[in-house]
Amino acid sequence: MEILQVVGMGLVSTILIVVIRQRQPEMALLLSLLVGVLLFLFLVNKIAVIIDILQQLASQADIKMEYLNVILKIIGVAYLAEFGAQICRDAGEGAIAAKVELAGKVIIMMMALPVMMMLLEAIMRLLP
Amino acid sequence: MNIELVFQIAGIGILISVLNMVLKQAGKEEQAQMLTLVGVVIVLLMVIQLISQLFNNVRSVFGF
Repeated sequence: MEILQVVGMGLVSTILIVVIRQRQPEMALLLSLLVGVLLFLFLVNKIAVIIDILQQLASQADIKMEYLNVILKIIGVAYLAEFGAQICRDAGEGAIAAKVELAGKVIIMMMALPVMMMLLEAIMRLLP
Repeated sequence: MNIELVFQIAGIGILISVLNMVLKQAGKEEQAQMLTLVGVVIVLLMVIQLISQLFNNVRSVFGF
């Protein structure tokens, strides 16, 4: 199954990184970044299938599509911000990682604002 | 899941560290530093191509 490939690749590359880290720390960082990217590229097809199914369910339950699109964008931004922050933290740059995470939070907040405004308007309409 | 890319980069890293040791023995310190820089640049070019592919995939999947 695929999980064996993923775990095998993770272990092998971890061992290679440990070997390289003593002499070439920058190469070890690049290698860990590369393995992170490869593992995600392996997963992206599966995520696309899951998202298609979610969209079909949402359209059947006639939920407005822009809400689901906002949620998907937020998930994408959250994932990328976490990916970048974790790579920076592995390299020992905690400050940069914190800034990347802060930027991710701010961008997600910006995306969620329109939906919140709609929600508030809906609530105001309900009140007498 | 092309793991040969991982092995390529690990091979480059090990090769550079060995060549560095050889250059240090031969007393050519600055060339060892240059070699490390060249190695990092080559590996960076390969990794950047994959990162751009990752960003395009994320953009298409999550609908950016």
